[in-house]
Amino acid sequence: MHGSHATGSPYAPHTEEDRTAMLEAVGADSVEDLFDVPAEVSFDGRFDIDARSERETRRLVRSLLGRNDEVTELLGRGHYGYYVPSLVDHLADRSEFLTSYTQYQPEVSQGFLQALFEYQSLLVELTGLPVANCSMYDAATALGEAATLSDRVRDTTGHRVLVPELLREERRSTLENYVAGTDLAVETYPVEDAGVDRAGLEAIADEEVVMIYAENPTVRGTIEEALEAVGDLAASNDALFVLGSDPIALSLLERPADVGADVVVGDASVLGLPTSYGMGMGLFATREEYLRQVPGRLVGASEDATDRRAYTLTLQTREQHIRRERATSNICTNQAWIALRTAMHAAVLGPSGMVDLAERDVRRARDLATRLDDLVGVKAPVHDRHHLREFVARVDQPARAVASDLEKRGFAVHVVGDHEIQVCVAGVPDERLNRFVAALEGVIR
Amino acid sequence: MSDERPDDPQVRYDQARYVENGEYEPLLSEKDLTRVEIGGGDEDAADGESPLPDDLTRDSLELPDLSEPELARHYTRLSQMIYGIDSGPYPLGSCTMKYNPKFTEDVAALPSAAVHPDRSAESIQGTLELLYRLQDYLGRIGGMDAVTLQPPAGAAGEFVGIRVAAAYHEHNGEGHRDEVIVPESAHGTNFATAALGGYDVVSLPSDDEGRVDLEALEAALSENTAALMLTNPNTLGLFERDITEIAELVHDAGGLLYYDGANLNALLGRARPGDMGFDVMHYNVHKTFATPHGGGGPGAGPVGVVDDLAPFLPAPRVRQRDAESTGGEPRYELFEPDHTIGKVHGFHGNWLVLLKTFAYIARLGDEGLADASASAVLNANYLAEQIEYDVPYGPFHHEFVASAGEQDAADVAKRMLDYGVHPPTTKWPEIVPEALMTEPTEVESKDTLDRLAAAFNAVADEDDATLADAPERTTARRIDQTSAARSPRLSWQQLEDDE
Repeated sequence: MHGSHATGSPYAPHTEEDRTAMLEAVGADSVEDLFDVPAEVSFDGRFDIDARSERETRRLVRSLLGRNDEVTELLGRGHYGYYVPSLVDHLADRSEFLTSYTQYQPEVSQGFLQALFEYQSLLVELTGLPVANCSMYDAATALGEAATLSDRVRDTTGHRVLVPELLREERRSTLENYVAGTDLAVETYPVEDAGVDRAGLEAIADEEVVMIYAENPTVRGTIEEALEAVGDLAASNDALFVLGSDPIALSLLERPADVGADVVVGDASVLGLPTSYGMGMGLFATREEYLRQVPGRLVGASEDATDRRAYTLTLQTREQHIRRERATSNICTNQAWIALRTAMHAAVLGPSGMVDLAERDVRRARDLATRLDDLVGVKAPVHDRHHLREFVARVDQPARAVASDLEKRGFAVHVVGDHEIQVCVAGVPDERLNRFVAALEGVIR
Repeated sequence: MSDERPDDPQVRYDQARYVENGEYEPLLSEKDLTRVEIGGGDEDAADGESPLPDDLTRDSLELPDLSEPELARHYTRLSQMIYGIDSGPYPLGSCTMKYNPKFTEDVAALPSAAVHPDRSAESIQGTLELLYRLQDYLGRIGGMDAVTLQPPAGAAGEFVGIRVAAAYHEHNGEGHRDEVIVPESAHGTNFATAALGGYDVVSLPSDDEGRVDLEALEAALSENTAALMLTNPNTLGLFERDITEIAELVHDAGGLLYYDGANLNALLGRARPGDMGFDVMHYNVHKTFATPHGGGGPGAGPVGVVDDLAPFLPAPRVRQRDAESTGGEPRYELFEPDHTIGKVHGFHGNWLVLLKTFAYIARLGDEGLADASASAVLNANYLAEQIEYDVPYGPFHHEFVASAGEQDAADVAKRMLDYGVHPPTTKWPEIVPEALMTEPTEVESKDTLDRLAAAFNAVADEDDATLADAPERTTARRIDQTSAARSPRLSWQQLEDDE
């Protein structure tokens, strides 16, 4: 039948005969008659985009992307390229997962709902907080949502949101856009040796503060040692303590609930997604008391008419499609399929695999820093702290030139200061790290 | 395909269902939970011990610990208990659930697509060129002068539109404009986005024909109007024929006209938001182009604007470097628009989705894109003609809203599941009582539409008791959503505590 498919889109199946029959049924002479577009705004369809065969299109994309240099990326700062087990690709790509929509009809969506429920449960274990939604866009937007949540739930008024002065500029900028429509103002608090400067923070915190944000690990890869103090300070000012982290770090580092975190945000795509030019998946977990103020989708367990346990989207009256301008967030399409991949990756690793991965990247970062420190003209790590997967190194030569020379030798690193580079071991095989040490030695010689 | 099928809605449909110990497929946690103790380490710890002091680590981690074959079966079973567009028709109005070509998944999986967002522009010229070309494609398709690809979803695109509008007014000394007008039939995101942007929402009633009421619009406009958010065709599937007058009214009041791109699939190649007088729009590339919805995302919501608004777009955007500086070779770079609102995503948005969008547009070209709209519109009109439910308003573009009349639309939807088809969106927009908002898209064949119509019509003839008892052939029977909300159980930990 589809040999006679007669239309321009390869995915529209009509034959000439179908089309004629359908037009007759609706009483139109041509498809054009069905378009109710006034002449003054009609368009002739010429975008000047040539159609291609599937094969030609694949070749075009391959050839474009082929212009990217092949480089070993020792890059992190919020986006990581861990190895993703094959099981994740093969099973997440099953077309029922891939081609379904938001689970508005739970009776035919049990599989996805259950997978998302399992993802939420993973986050509950990792954070110690009892409520986790089943995804936001990324860490930066989740932080923005945490700020507006703080504004809604806090007992007293106030307008100050405190973030560390060492924070990805992009995260801060996104946060500022999220709070632009509120009375909230984003301010920075000082850090010392890439950790919270407790005295500095204490000096500026007052009852006007609605939220204090900290990260563990920090953007410089250091493991934060002052979390409990931040939690206490937030609590004493009736502010929310929002902690930024990720599932690998959370498998090993202090449990957010134990240090007084009220909300945990961060990027969960560290599990389940390779590097993808910054594509992410925002995690969001919080306390029970804020349940009805949570942004985004929640999957809950219920029963069906046979009294068996079944899952459904729940508390939808918080959401934009029901509550409109009084919704807790405008989010609709989220990152559900990435949440599925994250849950799958975590399941493949299991609890010991998760802890091992995190511990390995503490050791590997430490070992690499030690080896770089042995090079003349390099001091690593710059910060006298424990690190997870990345650290800052001081180079005597201008950092920009060092990074550029390294790139010519096939290695990408961050430049974070005039004489500071940042190096990340996540997902980089040991053998590549060996070659990197040799390359850096060659560059600074 | 059997000849009887179109007339026989009672297609034998039974969704997969796994039952173990009287319950559906157990949770991973019910198959296993293993606790791993952490600690006892110090800085000199050997492998196998924690490399961190105890006060920086958690005490333990408790998660399922299953073999890969066990996991493969678990997730295969879960997948079989899901209905997707590859399972059958999915005429979910306003969501544009259409078939997605498989090759775009392969394209997104190319190893050369996996790059870190902090790579130097010089070392990822391929990625930047592809993004540049996509900006250009989208600009041409929407009739817009400048495009940003950063927003990670449609609602995020709306937010950029609203923030850009605010920055534009502020820049022009018009910061007092604090109202956004939204038609009552608009997507919920429009209201929520305007509120998130700090605006007061002014709701606009529809006229007797389901379109924007010009008199009401005139009354709503004032020196406080920042923007009107509109989708065209609207959520009733109707083209706003007075769009030129609407644009004039809004612009005369000093406001901006925002186009919600959710329904763009109906217009490709027939009309462009830019030509209609819209100043800013978002594209739901996962609806109009390719990218399967993945159970709720990721999508992407690029935003296009006219020249006047381009300086306010989020940073960075991609541009071609001038030929002189590159010796004639096309090179690409990121740049920051002069009055940028900053960032709305931690990095550059949902790159893999943008990659699929590019491949889809490059595959279809002019003729394919225009035909997607033509076939979508033909399908909507044909299906509307075949069903026995009352379909008010018209003529339709890509979708129509039928009324279930005396029946409960939610029950109608549940019963349709039993016929092996996904139901339409129900009870919205509220303009139509017991709404069944139906969008078949261009990918359904006449046979499939006949089968869909047969399912609608069979349900229309059924009694309330049958409907209230549905569905019966799906994985789970009717689920109690009230108790799910009244006593929320949101994790396996909570289920365990409750028992």
